[in-house]
Amino acid sequence: MPSKNHGAQPHFVAALEDTPLVAIDRLDETAKARSTWADAWDAMRRRPTFWIASGLIVLIVLVALFPTWFASVSPTQCQLSDSNGSPQSGHPLGFTFQGCDVYSRIIFGTSASVTVGMLAAAIVTLFGLIVGALAGYYGGFLDAVVSRIGDIFFAVPTVLGAIVLLSVLPDRTPVVIALVISIFAWPQVARIMRGAVLTARSSDYVVASVALGVSKFKILLRHVIPNAIAPVIVIATVSLGTFIVAEATLSFLGIGLGPGTMSWGRDIGEAQTSIRTSPQVLLYPSIALSLTVLAFLMLGDVLRDALDPQARARR
Amino acid sequence: MIAILHAPDLRSVNQARGDLMLWYTGKRLLQMIPVFFGATFLIYFMVFSLPGDPIAALYGERPPSDAVLAQIRAEYNLDKPFIVQYLLYIGNFFQGDLGTTYSGRSVSDVMASAFPITARLAMLALAFEAVFGILVGLIAGLRKGKLFDASALVVSLLLISVPTFVIGFVLQFVFGVQLGWARTTVSGAAPIDELILPALVLASVSFAYIVRLTRASVSDNLNADFVRTATAKGLSRPRVVTVHVLRNSLVPVITFLGVDIGSLMVGAIVTEGIFNINGVGGTVFKAIRLGEGPTVVSFIAVMVVIFVLANLLVDLLYAALDPRIRYAK
Amino acid sequence: MGIVAIALASTGALALSGCAGGTTSAEGGSIITTNGTEPQMSLIPTNTTEVGGGKIITSIFAGLVSYSATGEIEDEVAESIESEDGINWTVTLQDDWTFTNDEPVTASSFVDAWNYGALVTNAQGSSGFFDNIAGYSDVSNTKDDPTGATDESGAVLQIPDPLAETMSGLTVVDDTTFTVQLSGAEADWPLRLGYSAYSPLPTVAFEDMDAFGENPIGNGPYELAGDDAWQHDVQIDLVTNPDYSGVRTPANDGLTIVFFASFDAGYAAVQGGDLDVLDQIPESALASYESDFPDSFVNEPAAVFQSFNMPYYLEHWSGDEGKLRRAALSMAIDRAEITDVVFQGTRTPATDFTSPVIDGYSDSLEGSEVLEYNPEEAVALWAEADAISPYTGTFDIAYNSDGPHQVWVDAVVNSVKNTLGIDAVGKPYPTFAAAVDDREASALTGGTRAGWQADYPSLYNFLAPLYQTGAGSNYEGYSSEDFDTLLKEGAAASSVEDATAKYVQAQEVLLQDLPTIPLWYQNTSGVWSDTVSNVEFGWDSVPLYSAITKN
Repeated sequence: MPSKNHGAQPHFVAALEDTPLVAIDRLDETAKARSTWADAWDAMRRRPTFWIASGLIVLIVLVALFPTWFASVSPTQCQLSDSNGSPQSGHPLGFTFQGCDVYSRIIFGTSASVTVGMLAAAIVTLFGLIVGALAGYYGGFLDAVVSRIGDIFFAVPTVLGAIVLLSVLPDRTPVVIALVISIFAWPQVARIMRGAVLTARSSDYVVASVALGVSKFKILLRHVIPNAIAPVIVIATVSLGTFIVAEATLSFLGIGLGPGTMSWGRDIGEAQTSIRTSPQVLLYPSIALSLTVLAFLMLGDVLRDALDPQARARR
Repeated sequence: MIAILHAPDLRSVNQARGDLMLWYTGKRLLQMIPVFFGATFLIYFMVFSLPGDPIAALYGERPPSDAVLAQIRAEYNLDKPFIVQYLLYIGNFFQGDLGTTYSGRSVSDVMASAFPITARLAMLALAFEAVFGILVGLIAGLRKGKLFDASALVVSLLLISVPTFVIGFVLQFVFGVQLGWARTTVSGAAPIDELILPALVLASVSFAYIVRLTRASVSDNLNADFVRTATAKGLSRPRVVTVHVLRNSLVPVITFLGVDIGSLMVGAIVTEGIFNINGVGGTVFKAIRLGEGPTVVSFIAVMVVIFVLANLLVDLLYAALDPRIRYAK
Repeated sequence: MGIVAIALASTGALALSGCAGGTTSAEGGSIITTNGTEPQMSLIPTNTTEVGGGKIITSIFAGLVSYSATGEIEDEVAESIESEDGINWTVTLQDDWTFTNDEPVTASSFVDAWNYGALVTNAQGSSGFFDNIAGYSDVSNTKDDPTGATDESGAVLQIPDPLAETMSGLTVVDDTTFTVQLSGAEADWPLRLGYSAYSPLPTVAFEDMDAFGENPIGNGPYELAGDDAWQHDVQIDLVTNPDYSGVRTPANDGLTIVFFASFDAGYAAVQGGDLDVLDQIPESALASYESDFPDSFVNEPAAVFQSFNMPYYLEHWSGDEGKLRRAALSMAIDRAEITDVVFQGTRTPATDFTSPVIDGYSDSLEGSEVLEYNPEEAVALWAEADAISPYTGTFDIAYNSDGPHQVWVDAVVNSVKNTLGIDAVGKPYPTFAAAVDDREASALTGGTRAGWQADYPSLYNFLAPLYQTGAGSNYEGYSSEDFDTLLKEGAAASSVEDATAKYVQAQEVLLQDLPTIPLWYQNTSGVWSDTVSNVEFGWDSVPLYSAITKN
């Protein structure tokens, strides 16, 4: 508000609006309070690791969606005479035991593997996170029921559950496999989340928020979950890799992806036959898997740092 | 004077805390009952729903006459409806009879031979992953972004993406066949020294989890207020790291270890296969393939008890690690 | 780190309690260690139907005859087995045989054991082996409900008594003689008798068969080493039987059969010096076993036939169209390349429906050119079939993934795909039970893996159980009047030569119809360490344990 006080003594200090202080003191009253999540996004996008990881993930998703952009050789035209053959022109990574092109099998296997890994990790993380957070935060009867149901599910051997479920379900698509894996894997995330929430709900800022009269659910959402999520992010990113490998195990047991579907896991499992003589056949799908896991590990790391207010302040 | 006045109070607080812990433990043990029935029912039903006739499959391509098959089915109660089979099993269970395998062995005998071996293997693996995992994770977390951290990341990636059968094969070939330092396959008695190699293989994937978990927690806690306070108070760095950082970082790690006991015991199928160990994983896996309800359910019933106890232990450890965590009600 | 301390403490306690069952087989003279699997049933000869129990039964029992390495029968307990007409047989025993509990082996030891095995209420897995003895139908069938059928709710009807307790065809003449009357003529009946189901049993067995099965008492070259010789799921310790005087007198002091869940583990154990003999090479070592064990391996054809069946009930696979398609399929498979690359020469391409180690095997049956790789002819026949009714959809071959089948099924479907230009995939079932269920229910969507390991070295054993109308292992329901007639004539032929001629003709019928598409014979392939010598394998792919010596 510029002042126009005619009758008064002239100012012997500069008007506030003429000083640089105004910029400091000004409150942007139209701005909304920034949430933890928005702060995290700000922090995240300033880090190069975030862009490297995201770039890699975008690339992987592109390969999964449009394999034909990246490979021209058919992954299913296999000549036994090429069995475990070394690289040659048009076949940069050589041939599998059955004589299929290693490179295009990896490219065409991306879709199924990444779908299983990402979907299962997403379901397990979301469901485990919600259930674990509620159990840890509200405790009591809810905690007892949720935790004991988790115990029952965790007790079922995955192989048994998978054989039963997959022999009932008609199509063994990557989505179905991801669901089956999720059913038996969520209790792990739920328990980790519950433990982390138990620590977070007794911390000073939660106590302070309660004293300020913030509603319980809002505290859970705004303060407890962001502060408890670090270990869950770790589990989610590592699990993504182990779920892709788990698909291999299920396929190996005849209860994995339907016949004819390509996946890294299946190629890794099939390379078992060649482990003594041609270990390179095993190497390439493992590298593809490693890169995917690495991308998500890095992303998880950045996200975790971004959600931690102290780490953010330091940077 | 003040001290005298306070002493009884403190004692009663401790007393109250102890009572609460006992009450909490008792409550949790009681919860085992519905979990036991829920899990046995669910698993018995799953085995019942397995595709195919388990008795006919016993004889491969040479099935005996239908009359013979029918008689064997009757012997194992497989001719009865599901709910009757389950109730018969539970009834016998509480009389100490866990049923028999299709080879005529009592399931309790099978359990008595498999569980001790698996317990040794799993505990050894758990010890390996806990000690090495926490150590490596701690150092990586303290030196985030440095060479050690990067190496730990590479090793973790390797362990996640290289399947267990490869790790097992390589270790078995190098240490068993070429160097001759260890037996290639474990003998029947499965003494501890022969289980070291299999335990390392079994621990490998979980090791990667624990390294990442510890690293994340440690790097989080390094920035926490209480660590800054402790450093500001002039505590030595080792003391800050072990007492304040590590202790507060262990909650998720301990949780993971508690959950992992199950996968180390039942999920050791591949490792047991490579080293020819007669353990729980392989036995349950074989029983699932044969469709042997009583064997699968009896083993899993024991596993459920182990789960509940391990999780209870973990919950009790929370309070020891972080005094702010209280037992609910 | 409290949990670690607890973990270590409890580990110690378990180690102490778990050590009681330890054994060391390394010391103690020349004990041979070899691989096996935990027997599926307790060790009763008539209830042992799989390889794991079979190799133990054969070692601790001696029947009337045993098989030489090439599958010829040699007398064990038998003095003579004679018949004028192929129906009525007189069996004379040597009089100096005893069981290891000093009970003499008499005619009753055989007759009682066989009657026990055949009686339906004893529910023995091998009861079918007695089905050609007169009176079998009375002991195997029950009064009201001969089929063991189920009621409406799916529950099996109560099993009533059998019509008779013993088979009328078996008669004990005196301690060393018994007669057998068959229900039909069978010129080569004695050829069966080396199979483990025909072993004699001591009287103590019938008092408590379950207890006997845990601690069997036999008359073979080996006996169990004490009461706890069989450590379930771990190993079984056998020592030589000093009273044994048959043709298989051991050249070693004993045999420890270690149970392995996988051949891979067994292979590593032989490489690491923890096992002497391994009787099958795992898939992962097929390419390297010859360099790993340059002087101590075996790879020779054996009595195992592998194939896949195309059910007649499927659309496109019946009548003339089906016949054309089966022939096209068979000629689209490059058996030589698959056995060479996938199996590294440990399989031999099939030229008939039996095995090269069986007397009467032929590699030049009329019509056997259908088993040769001929892509042009395959495409032509397939096109001819398409003219009748065009083929659509994906071709699949079912297999159970609890066995080592995926690799070769994939190779076969790839060969079909490449030759015929159709979509072809392998279709895994998680368990054998699940796969056989769909076979029995006629619910297959394509082909199915099939295979047969002979019980005794005869052409008949490769043909009758699999392709005869209504036979026990004829899951896909093949039925041919010509084939059935030829088989019956062969069985009843007065000489083995005449019988063989009929069986050859019967196989030529099969080559026309291709109820199964022959692929290859599985070779005996094994390795052994340099600690043992004189390792020779029998016609049934099992090492002749008694001949092995320790260096």
